Amino acid sequence: MSTTTSEALSETTLLRFATAGSVDDGKSTLVGRLLHDSKSVLTDQLEAVERASASRGQEGPDLALLTDGLRAEREQGITIDVAYRYFATAKRRFILADTPGHVQYTRNMVTGASTAELTVILIDARNGVVEQTRRHAALAALLRVPHVVLAVNKMDLVDYKESVFAAIAEEFTAYALELGVPEVTAIPISALAGDNVVEPSANMDWYGGPTVLEHLETVPVTHDLSHCHARLPVQFVIRPQTAEHPDYRGYAGQIAAGSFRVGEAVTVLPSGHASKIAAIDLLGEPVDIAWTTQSVTVLLEDDIDISRGDLIVPSKDAPPTTQDIEATVCHVADAPLTVGHRVLLKHGTRTVKAIVKDIPSRLTLDDLSLHPHPGQLVANDIGRVKIRTAEPLPVDSYADSRRTGSFILIDPNDGTTLTAGMVGESFASPEPVKDAAEDDGWDF
Amino acid sequence: MTTTVAAVTEGTQAPYALSHLDSLESEAVHIFREVAGEFERPVILFSGGKDSIVMLHLALKAFAPAAVPFTLLHVDTGHNFPEVLEYRDRTVAEHGLRLHVASVQDYIDRGVLKERPDGTRNPLQTLPLTEKIQAEKFDAVFGGGRRDEEKARAKERVFSLRDEFSQWDPRRQRPELWNLYNGRHAPGEHVRVFPLSNWTELDVWQYIAREGIELPEIYFAHEREVFQRAGMWLTAGEWGGPKESETVEKRLVRYRTVGDMSCTGAVDSDAVTLEQVITEIAASRLTERGATRADDKMSEAAMEDRKREGYF
Repeated sequence: MSTTTSEALSETTLLRFATAGSVDDGKSTLVGRLLHDSKSVLTDQLEAVERASASRGQEGPDLALLTDGLRAEREQGITIDVAYRYFATAKRRFILADTPGHVQYTRNMVTGASTAELTVILIDARNGVVEQTRRHAALAALLRVPHVVLAVNKMDLVDYKESVFAAIAEEFTAYALELGVPEVTAIPISALAGDNVVEPSANMDWYGGPTVLEHLETVPVTHDLSHCHARLPVQFVIRPQTAEHPDYRGYAGQIAAGSFRVGEAVTVLPSGHASKIAAIDLLGEPVDIAWTTQSVTVLLEDDIDISRGDLIVPSKDAPPTTQDIEATVCHVADAPLTVGHRVLLKHGTRTVKAIVKDIPSRLTLDDLSLHPHPGQLVANDIGRVKIRTAEPLPVDSYADSRRTGSFILIDPNDGTTLTAGMVGESFASPEPVKDAAEDDGWDF
Repeated sequence: MTTTVAAVTEGTQAPYALSHLDSLESEAVHIFREVAGEFERPVILFSGGKDSIVMLHLALKAFAPAAVPFTLLHVDTGHNFPEVLEYRDRTVAEHGLRLHVASVQDYIDRGVLKERPDGTRNPLQTLPLTEKIQAEKFDAVFGGGRRDEEKARAKERVFSLRDEFSQWDPRRQRPELWNLYNGRHAPGEHVRVFPLSNWTELDVWQYIAREGIELPEIYFAHEREVFQRAGMWLTAGEWGGPKESETVEKRLVRYRTVGDMSCTGAVDSDAVTLEQVITEIAASRLTERGATRADDKMSEAAMEDRKREGYF
């Protein structure tokens, strides 16, 4: 890394990924190994870890101390919250959402996976696919994380046997594909010994695939935007009202999906007003076309009433607006979510009043079974909800757009973030889905 | 549409891929605009250090061609580098901004705060900062903090709720999902906002180079009278250094961070251009804070403890 030029460094792309694993799967060791072997741990950080480890009477440096940053975490030896880590190679920059494998795993993994392009799911090779693995796979499918890596860890403890790895990889891949996970890459590793994490393993010459880091460096982070519905949530109206720009009126926002170009016919939702894009400013520079996730300012040909919370979409591809939203949610707050709960719903840049009309079912992630009409969802529960909003919202299905198909529920009294929501079908099942009109049924 | 796209993206590795700097810039701009859209009285903490300079640059781009809809706040420890104060005032004037100053020296003069025996004023910033936030009723306070700086900061949200005493409670943080930032707060509470959360020190420098952003001179190698304390080169000055046992020498140094003179160390360096600084940082085996901040070495949880009290 130290020999790369600054020019090469600034041309790299960014990959956001998350890790999932239970307490003894070796997740901290994997993260520590990735950071350490990619030379992202600097001398003073390592010295601090060595000092702290020695003062606890530990023999070697405990790499978990690199990631457990809070007093309570160090005191209890646990991780209590998602932490974000940063490292880089010559090819790419990485943002790692390091999610703890403890009791609150569901909301933490949902938090980490919501912005991730890739999830690494760890398995202990000695134990194979266990309940926790299925839970992680289900969450990756639910959050529609585009790439899943299955890291079969502790291969050193099963004599680096190909047959052990092959059986686990096959079982997991079949299960994940059934859930609709689009892509699984299985890698046999030993995080402790360093096999196939950063350096290829000399102990598993039967494995011809990439190391974890190689895969992270090369997995595509772009999408085919020609199939995406273009969406621009308006964040802020820019009106300088200066002598130089007396009539400038620009709609600023980050493109949530697809692309927009100058001259395109657009519609503003929920009002339904139509116009054409007169110009696009990319942070001060005029451009002909802009795409997700660029922050832009769009100017329209007609003077129409647009404000924060509106959504600009291509006229030929406008989503329906609705006041009745059905979604799969993960409840992230300690207080339960109940039928009749009055909440605020933030979707894109719009926050509206809403009421929880029904909670048709709760999902058990372990076996994907359904508990009908649970009455409430408590922390870490995943469930199906029906929500009525005070104003119509232009929502997409989460399957079509992770940005405009997602929302959060907020407690209007104290502002607590209650629930993470994904509109539409729960899992990207390859099977045809049943009619969602059935009140008491899950539609996957 | 496809033909236009092909033409625009020709030559880049993958169509529609943003470079990591473009991704980080776009995300930071989104954060600034969310705050502008949802808060009544936001303010940007501006010290004249590189992170706050990048923050201001991003804010200028986010609202162009309109003015930045935020005021600035400097917590003045009274131990500033003169070049940095000069830069601060020039920048404020150039962009027609309004600057609030919270002065540690005032608090010491009034007897509200007491000078520490070690002369370090960094921990003394918290009270003037939090009282200013309350007095001016700021409801969103932008800070240039980055999660790569320190492990307590790695746990920090982009939107971080503070109670009426400005306290941070890591156990009561709101989960942050997708890019749906939750800025709800009760009267008296405020939200600390970190648009550079996902940037690293190297990203900041690469961005400064790409955008051609001017910095205070002390970030580049220059000859300076310094003395050694706790393994760091500190600038001799009226703030109380050097002590009798410490000897002053002239060295070629530069600063990786800018803060209170009493606890911000210089590093030996001959990097006089941005390119040389970037090369130096890419090769460095020390973190920014590990190399230059005395206050973080006080204890394993020094940063967390100060953050809990209201520090950034």
